[in-house]
Amino acid sequence: MNNVSETLYPNNWKKPPFIKRSWLRWSIIIGSILYLIAALSSMDINIQRVLEGIPRGQRFIESFFPPNFSDNRGVVWEGILESIWMAIISTVAGIALSIPIGLGAARNLAPLWVYMTCRFIIAASRTFPEIILAIFAVKLFGFGPFAGFIALSLGTIGFFAKLLAEDIENSSPAQAEAVKATGANWFQWINYAIQPQVMPRMIGLSVYRLDINFRESAVVGIVGGGGIGATLNTAFSRYEFDTAAAILLVIIGIVMVLEYASSHLRKWVQ
Amino acid sequence: MVVIKKQDELVWKKRTTREQWINWFYWLIGISIVLFAWKIISDKTVWFFVQDAPRQAADIGSRMVPPKWSYSLELIKPVWDTINIATLGTVIAMIIAVPVAFCAARNTTPHSTVRIVALFIIVASRSVNSLIWALMLVFILGPGVLAGTVAIGLRSIGFCAKLIYESIEEIDANQVEAVKATGASNLQQMIYGIIPQVLPTIAGVGIYRWDINIRESTILGLVGAGGIGLQLNGSINTLAWTQVSTILLVILATVFVSEWVSAKVRGAII
Repeated sequence: MNNVSETLYPNNWKKPPFIKRSWLRWSIIIGSILYLIAALSSMDINIQRVLEGIPRGQRFIESFFPPNFSDNRGVVWEGILESIWMAIISTVAGIALSIPIGLGAARNLAPLWVYMTCRFIIAASRTFPEIILAIFAVKLFGFGPFAGFIALSLGTIGFFAKLLAEDIENSSPAQAEAVKATGANWFQWINYAIQPQVMPRMIGLSVYRLDINFRESAVVGIVGGGGIGATLNTAFSRYEFDTAAAILLVIIGIVMVLEYASSHLRKWVQ
Repeated sequence: MVVIKKQDELVWKKRTTREQWINWFYWLIGISIVLFAWKIISDKTVWFFVQDAPRQAADIGSRMVPPKWSYSLELIKPVWDTINIATLGTVIAMIIAVPVAFCAARNTTPHSTVRIVALFIIVASRSVNSLIWALMLVFILGPGVLAGTVAIGLRSIGFCAKLIYESIEEIDANQVEAVKATGASNLQQMIYGIIPQVLPTIAGVGIYRWDINIRESTILGLVGAGGIGLQLNGSINTLAWTQVSTILLVILATVFVSEWVSAKVRGAII
């Protein structure tokens, strides 16, 4: 019996690490620890202030309840409606502007100089957050929803035109060629060959952008761009936290409805 | 699609007459909503200011050049703070988002009630903009980098958890079953069956969100939550337009660098 050599099976198994090269793994680990130390030490967290803030935070959250939907000045619903109208009009205007820019930014449709110009517009609009656009819009157009509308429309261009251009670039060239072979002119070509291919995704995206614009309209008000953000900011500065809580809950509710609607709409379109 | 007869000639149409009418009807509703929204917004606009805008733009534009380059040295610390807010905020968000995602995914959730709570956390975090989170946190934690970091963290939980839980729901169940067949406990199934499948998504989502957070943290200073927005707000309020243009250029550069880094890292992971 003794001459049967025993095969040694390993009885320990270790999961292979996520990053295979060990020098890279260790340098990432050590580097991130060093970064954490540097970052945390430069943050100068005032522990005293934070401890002081905890009971304050508790009172703060307590004063949120119960949310006061029928606030004293009757501005909550007015602000919400203004935000909704602002979101709708800026989505429509933004998309209307994005379509020519998106067509121009698709390499398979446009000549190089048009392509470069449109890509530059998209990059410029994408870099700055809507708030910074809103600050300048307020400076130029004065306080009120018009400034917010301009800021949100410009923000929409960067988002929508980029995705439209990418979708057009990924569309099937065979269909485009088939329509072109019938002798279609440029507009017919776009309308019958390109548009049906990108439409389902674009409808979904426009509802998504409506959702984003509504959420953003809640913050452009903080810098004077109108909408529910202005109401929210006033509620905070007047320490009317129950009104602020009501506004936040309404925003969450509307975003939930929009999200549900957009997922349904996308299923229905596809 | 329909072929109709018109004076002994067959004509192809995209829609039947009835479909055409229904289509026009939808357009009519849509356009009326947009016009109504436009009327509401334009009623609240002071058109004098809008007409004045080109002159204002030219004026501000001329005051913004040349940028005050010497000021950019003073911006090193704010940029460092901005990057820290984004990075540490993303870290906080990922630490919370992963468990929330596991509770929200249909195939890993411990109980359907837990799932509803997790989904509510996701929606609530997503619908409230980071600027509003910062507005509230400045009240509790005091102005500074800490409030900004926590605001970015809270805002990012929803986004990260949503993308992660969607990818958890799409995992290959066979691998989990194979791990289960070896007699693994629930926890071991999680560690060896599920996590390796979603780890690339988790890393990718984290980096993608970091890129977005860099953009978002540039504006948190507007409400006093640290970062370069503080300098931007101060410069705009003191009408120091040459400083404003320097800050905008610095933001532009930071965003470009972060976008490049995130594209490189994501390319390496996926």
